[in-house]
Amino acid sequence: MEIILNGEPYQVDQPLSIVALLERLDIDARRVAVEHNLTIIKRHRFPDVIVDEGDKVEIVNFVGGG
Amino acid sequence: MGVGPAVAPKAFGASAGAFAEAGIGVGRLSDTPFVIAGRTFSSRLIIGTGKYSSHAIMGRAHEASGADMVTVAVRRVNISDRSRESLLDYIDSSRMFILPNTAGCYTADEAIRTARLGREAGLSNWVKLEVIGDERTLFPDNEALIEATQVLVREGFVVLPYTNDDPIACRKLEQAGAAAVMPLGAPIGSGLGIQNPNNIRIIREFAHVPVIVDAGVGTASDAAIAMELGADGVLMNTAIAGAEDPVAMATAMKHAVIAGRLAYLSGRIPRKMYATASSPVEGMVGRS
Repeated sequence: MEIILNGEPYQVDQPLSIVALLERLDIDARRVAVEHNLTIIKRHRFPDVIVDEGDKVEIVNFVGGG
Repeated sequence: MGVGPAVAPKAFGASAGAFAEAGIGVGRLSDTPFVIAGRTFSSRLIIGTGKYSSHAIMGRAHEASGADMVTVAVRRVNISDRSRESLLDYIDSSRMFILPNTAGCYTADEAIRTARLGREAGLSNWVKLEVIGDERTLFPDNEALIEATQVLVREGFVVLPYTNDDPIACRKLEQAGAAAVMPLGAPIGSGLGIQNPNNIRIIREFAHVPVIVDAGVGTASDAAIAMELGADGVLMNTAIAGAEDPVAMATAMKHAVIAGRLAYLSGRIPRKMYATASSPVEGMVGRS
């Protein structure tokens, strides 16, 4: 199935939690913020929120800026 | 302002203020601590994390600057090309307060969304709010900035808006609940220095919150001028990151901000059209 991850199509085998998605991407959950279908997901809810077919996920972090 | 017995400021992440750092303990002069929304900072210099040639140089420049607040941007994680190096690995968060910005946002909604994400990614509810109105100048969009400030303040954010050097816009931002106002000295990254010094002075006169000159500084004298005009702090990125030697420039900026602040507090002499001799006019040799 396909989800939209940071604006790009991304293939996953089946619906998965945000924790599982971050693990799959090798991303440290403590350093990112996640938006699921335009709703910001609190970090403690990462294990509970399931990403399904066609869902939009944004994963952001801090980069250099002024 | 600030004349009286020396105050030991309760500083964030450090025990000494600018005066102690500069080795100043004599005279009647003492400064009030630099406080934003109840949080005390030991340095009046706030610096960015963008445009450095490497994270390592950024870390050394940060250290040299003496700053205890740095700005960061909020961006998508690069999924396809993930570097193991995170910006945060190079920011000493025990010493530095991290201020996420909404740089690159062109609408209030976009800026609000980015601020909320920054709050989730970080450890605080502070935001350097930018709502840009024009790509070439990066000047702020006043109406959208005020609107976004109102929304974020209602949501419990400590909002530090990057604004035009317009006293009325600053007053409206303060009324909207901004914790500080951050007028530009000149366009972002331009290095032109303080283009409208009188407006900065008027903004300082009007404001009941800290005034931080944000953007436009090119070199140390620009930062000193901002402080001499009465600004409570200066925020800069490119002037340090883009210098040939960012670590040396960070050191220069540290001293410039301290010097400018001291000059402001010291009460400069009035400007006069003609000379006034510094040496005695009496007792000249060979005169009758």
